[in-house]
Amino acid sequence: MHHTAVIFLEFGAVVLGLGVLGAFALRVGISPIPLYLIAGLAFGTGGVLPLATSEEFISVGAELGVVLLLLTLGLEYNADELVTSLTGNARAGIVDLVLNAAPGAIIALLLGWGPVAAVAMAGVTYATSSGITAKVLSDLGWIGNRETPTVLSLLVFEDLTMAIYLPVLTTMLAGLSLVSGAISVGIALATVSVVLVLALKFGRFIEAFVRSPNSEVLLLKVVGLALLVAGLAQQLQVSAAVGAFLVGIALSGQLAEDARALLAPLRDLFAAVFFVFFGLQTDPAKILPVAGLAALLALVSMITKLLTGAYAAKRAGIAKAGRARAGIALIPRGEFNIVIAGLAVGAGVHPDLGALAAAYVLILAAFGPLAAKLVQPFITAIAKRA
Amino acid sequence: MEVEQTALPGIGLRHDFTTRRGQRVGVVSHRTGRRDLVIYDKDDPDAVCHTVKLNDEEADALAELLGAPRIVQRLNQLHQQVAGLVSVQLPIPAGSPYVGRPMGDARVRTRTSASIVAVVRAGQVFASPGPEFVFDAGDVVVVVGSEDSTAEVAGILAEG
Repeated sequence: MHHTAVIFLEFGAVVLGLGVLGAFALRVGISPIPLYLIAGLAFGTGGVLPLATSEEFISVGAELGVVLLLLTLGLEYNADELVTSLTGNARAGIVDLVLNAAPGAIIALLLGWGPVAAVAMAGVTYATSSGITAKVLSDLGWIGNRETPTVLSLLVFEDLTMAIYLPVLTTMLAGLSLVSGAISVGIALATVSVVLVLALKFGRFIEAFVRSPNSEVLLLKVVGLALLVAGLAQQLQVSAAVGAFLVGIALSGQLAEDARALLAPLRDLFAAVFFVFFGLQTDPAKILPVAGLAALLALVSMITKLLTGAYAAKRAGIAKAGRARAGIALIPRGEFNIVIAGLAVGAGVHPDLGALAAAYVLILAAFGPLAAKLVQPFITAIAKRA
Repeated sequence: MEVEQTALPGIGLRHDFTTRRGQRVGVVSHRTGRRDLVIYDKDDPDAVCHTVKLNDEEADALAELLGAPRIVQRLNQLHQQVAGLVSVQLPIPAGSPYVGRPMGDARVRTRTSASIVAVVRAGQVFASPGPEFVFDAGDVVVVVGSEDSTAEVAGILAEG
C-alpha cells in the first residue's frame, strides 16, 4: 500500500477511535484524558493493535499538541491575574508546591532512580490539571462558591511555577555536567524572566501586531507566533512548551478570549494526539508491575492536595465544608503532568517512569472528578451539622 | 449594603452581597458573556445551592425586570419631595384612541402641561419617550405634573 494511504488509514482510525472514546467519557461524566492514554497503550508497542508506520507522524502531532496545550493554558490567565496571585497567595502556593512535589520526588529517590527522575516525578505529582478542575467546578455548580477564588489562584500560581520549573527540568534532562548545567539553567531562567517582563510591560505591542478582525488571520498569527517562540525556546534549551506558554501569557483581554475560542478545536485534536502518543511510548506490560505503586502515590498525593486546599481555604476564612471542597477540586491531575512525564521519557530518564506516570495520571484524571461527585453529599452533611 | 467584588482567574468576576434578611446572592460574570445568578446555602454560607445560568438576552431581561419597578419607585419618592408635584402611572386601555398611534398625536404637554416621563411595556422601561413613540394597549404611562393636569392626561389617554 502507498505510504500516505497507510498513514491516513492508521491516523484516521486512531482519531475516530478517540472520538468514540470521548463520546463515552462525556456520557459517563469523566475526563477523556485517561481514555486517550489507554487508547495509546493499546496502539503502542506491546499493545493490542500496534501501529505500523504512522508513529512518526503522530509524534509530530504530539509535539504540536504540547505547544497548543500550553499556549491555550497561557491564554487562560492574563498578566495581571498572575501578578495578583503571586503577591496575594504566595504562601498557600508554596505550601502547595512543597506538599505536592514531595510525594513524587520521594518515591523516585526511594526507588533509586536518581535526582533527575526525582525532579521530574516531583512535577508529575505537583501540578493540578486546571482543565479538569475547571470542569469539575462548573459541573458541580461550585464556580460561585466562596472557596473557588482560592482554588483558582492556586492554579494560577502552579502555572507560574511551571514557567520556571519546565526550563530547569529540560536543562537537567539534557544531562549536562553540574557547572554547564547550572549555566544553562541560569540562561533558561533569565530568558523566562525577560520574556515574562516583556509580556507584562509590552504585551499590548504584541497584541497590536496580532490583532485582526478576521478570525483566519488571527488564528494564523497566534499559532505562527507560538510555534516560532516555541522553536526558539527549544533551541535555547528552555523547552518548546514554555515558549508557547509565555506567548499565551503575553496575550490578554478580548484578544486572548477570541484566540482561545479559535484555538480550542485545534488544541482538542492535537492534545488528544499527544495523550495517545504518550500512551504509545509506554509499554502496557510495564503498567501492571507499577500499578500498586501508582495507586499508593495517587492516594498520598490526594491527601496532600486535600491538605493544601484545606490550608489555603482556611487562610481565606472559609468554613470546614468549603475547605474540603477546595481540597477535592485540586485532586485531578492531567495534561501538565503528562507533558512533564513526556519530557522525561523522551530523555530516557528511567524505563519505568513513563509507566508509573501514565498509571498515576490514569487514576487521578479519572478518579478526581468522580471523587468530587461522590463526596458532595457528605460535605453537605458536614455543613448541616456545623 | 455592601457588594463584594472577587476576581475569578481564568473565568471572570463575581459580585455578591447579603440581603437584609440574611440571604446571600451573587452574580458570576463569565468572560464568555454568560452570567450565573447564584444563591448561597444558608447552612453552608460558602456554597452555592442554586445556580441560574443566563445568556446575554436572559440576563438583560432579568435586569430590566428587577430594574423597572425601581424607576417608578424612585419617581414616587421624587414627587413626595416636591410639593404639588405628582407622578402617576396610567394604563393605556385596549379601547384608547391612541393605541397604535404615536405619542405626539395626543399632544399631552400642550393640552395639560403635564409630562410623560416614561412608558413601561411588559416590564421594560422606555425612559423619556419621544413624540414618535407608538402606544400599545397595556402600556403603562408614567406622567409627572400637578394633581389636576395628570388627571386630565388620564382622560385624554382613555377617551381622546
